[in-house]
Amino acid sequence: MRHTITLLVDNESGVLSRIAGLFSARGFNIESLNVGETLDPDTSRITLVTTGDDFIIQQIIKRFNNMVNVIKVSDLTEEVRVEREMVLVRMDARPETRAEILRTADIFRAKVVDVGPKSYTLELTGDKDKITGFIELLRPMGIKELARTGTVAMKRESKLTKRGEEK
Amino acid sequence: MARMIGAEMFFETLIHEGIDVVFGLPGGYVLKVYDVMPKYSDRIRHVLARHEQGATHMADGYARASGKPGVVLCTSGPAATNTVTGIATAQMDSSPVVVFTGQVPLPYLGSDAFQEADHIGITRPCTKHNYLVRRTKDLPLAIKEAFYIAGTGRPSPVLVDMPKDVLIGEDEFVIPGEISLRGYKPPKKGHPGQIKRAVEMILAAKRPLIFGGGGLIWSGATEELKELTHRLQIPVTLTLMGLGAYPADDPLFISMLGMHGSYAANMAVHECDLVISIGARFDDRATGGNFAKFAPNAKIIHIDIDPATIDKNIVVHCPIVGDAKEVLKQMLEMLPAKVKTSRKEWMGQIKDWQKQHPLTYNQNGDKILTSYVIDTLSKITDGEAVVVSDVGQHQMWVAQWYKFKYPRTHITSGGLGTMGFGFPAAMGAKFARPDKMVISVCGDGSFQMNMQELATAVENNMDIKIVLLNNGHHGMVRQWQTMFFNGNYSASKFDVLPDFVKLAESFGAKGLKAKRPEDLEATLKEGLSTEGVVLMEIFVDCEELVYPMIAPGGAMNEMILGPGTQLENMADVADMA
Ligand SMILES: Cc1ncc(C[n+]2csc(CCOP(=O)(O)OP(=O)(O)O)c2C)c(N)n1
Repeated sequence: MRHTITLLVDNESGVLSRIAGLFSARGFNIESLNVGETLDPDTSRITLVTTGDDFIIQQIIKRFNNMVNVIKVSDLTEEVRVEREMVLVRMDARPETRAEILRTADIFRAKVVDVGPKSYTLELTGDKDKITGFIELLRPMGIKELARTGTVAMKRESKLTKRGEEK
Repeated sequence: MARMIGAEMFFETLIHEGIDVVFGLPGGYVLKVYDVMPKYSDRIRHVLARHEQGATHMADGYARASGKPGVVLCTSGPAATNTVTGIATAQMDSSPVVVFTGQVPLPYLGSDAFQEADHIGITRPCTKHNYLVRRTKDLPLAIKEAFYIAGTGRPSPVLVDMPKDVLIGEDEFVIPGEISLRGYKPPKKGHPGQIKRAVEMILAAKRPLIFGGGGLIWSGATEELKELTHRLQIPVTLTLMGLGAYPADDPLFISMLGMHGSYAANMAVHECDLVISIGARFDDRATGGNFAKFAPNAKIIHIDIDPATIDKNIVVHCPIVGDAKEVLKQMLEMLPAKVKTSRKEWMGQIKDWQKQHPLTYNQNGDKILTSYVIDTLSKITDGEAVVVSDVGQHQMWVAQWYKFKYPRTHITSGGLGTMGFGFPAAMGAKFARPDKMVISVCGDGSFQMNMQELATAVENNMDIKIVLLNNGHHGMVRQWQTMFFNGNYSASKFDVLPDFVKLAESFGAKGLKAKRPEDLEATLKEGLSTEGVVLMEIFVDCEELVYPMIAPGGAMNEMILGPGTQLENMADVADMA
């Protein structure tokens, strides 16, 4: 199963490799990993997405909790949450595809962040499904390069339900 | 407050932490530490090991025998990598070893400087935590935190990497105050609700069993455990790491369980209706490794200080996270002072198992059996010695035949199974317990892995005994080859061995030999009563096998009891081996 885990950690060198090490020791792959400072410059938030046996993931989370530099761990998988990712896509912009690229970008509300004689670079933020859908539509038109940030996630305020409706 | 250099802060902080012995070996980047060391020699003793692996096992043995952290000091690169086996050994058996390594000066970090290695990276998976100290003034706090982390919660090794410029730099020395780490809050007491549930389960059980591990020893829970078992008449079995936590001569004690556990203990695990596991982690050597078939009729209570051990191998019914001693105290408070129990049937059943297949040996040939050696040793010392075993068959016979009475008197590398651990660890144990007779029981294979430390033992005028069981083989490897590889003795026999008596003598130690069963007792008695470093080389039968044995991956009631036992699934077992 796919798990989204967030960690608050000391903003120190070496913390990330301790965390990644637990996955490699189990032969697990990390699908995406995102690290950034929080409001408190001494603390970073890590968002980690991985797929694996639930039982083993629970073990890994307990081990995270044991780490001296880990302040808090939450598995958001079962939680109502907001997940976002950003992607930059450089498109091969040929005369016959230029319009279609811009139309697709428009439908997804992506931004054109760079225009060159032979390329457009688009920026899109959204959840995983939206990003994947966007990329799939663009693919036949010729993607030159692509960069994804990996997921960042947060619990929603509890009064919201899974679909984001007011209770 | 006083101004001083990092190397001085190192000793000042150690003294403040109550450390009085350091096991080490000098070199390039820690030379400043060694330079100031004589100033502190009245308060901190330095034991010059001959190999950093030896130093680390010494610190580990010291920690296990005393309950206090053991300290290692060495230089960078090869010295640091030499400690890794010792660190991993300590980690697996939850021993608080704190390793201090020198490191290249900060500006050279990552430049492949002479004797540079990434100590932090290399030891990350085998330490609870590690520090690279970047400023002289941060050194005392890093040291204090290292001891705090190593010694609290589940005890474990910690490494502190000290770059040379940090050690020679000067700053104000301030003794750090109370440690408070926002990401590290070791648990103490157990959850009262869970304890209440556990108490109800215990009172309702007909065939309860205590399954105790090394955590009992680290938490010092022996008295509480005795109180519990006596009040409720619950039989006790211990893992290899737990031996000593409960007196072997107590009628409720039914010996070690696991791969080479007693028939009664393993059957009791299989047939009980409640497992009360305390400070054990259900590893495959203790459970037979067939987790699905473990204690099939039982509910399981699991008391452990480390939440990560809960549900790791075996899913339990009532987990309690906390220090074993605290949790047992809480339990005792909830239990009635007098409990009427009827354990006649259950204890009777256990006695039957004990009678059906007791641990035995048959010393009637002209070759000495190792089980006989350990049994004799146990009788001569009346279970009063600290016995440190190495790894292999002899280790299992020590566990089966030495009647340990007290916690911290049985020391062995259980989790990692590190050959070469025993002798240096015994030396560390002797530094911790100078009042006790300390005996290193080792195999000829294991002893050869750290025998250079004989020099250290003699140099320190130690009073330490070595019982070296010479079977001319990697005995345990040979046993597996006998049982699972059709007697194909590939690379398990030694064609060359030193004359261990002459070897001991060449270091200035005393050596004795015994070749015939009738000489054994006298040799042991003479060796044990001779002052100094004494090596007793006992020539033993290489064909003796350790029984019972749960075949790898087997259930606990599937034991090979002797050469006659044929398991239905012998072919599968050989595959697992
Ligand atoms: C460092 C290390 N290398 C290899 C092994 C694998 N091993 C386990 S037991 C054993 C043989 C031990 O022989 P010895 O010390 O003579 O003891 P015996 O079994 O003969 O009592 C070996 C090689 C190990 N446990 N540790």
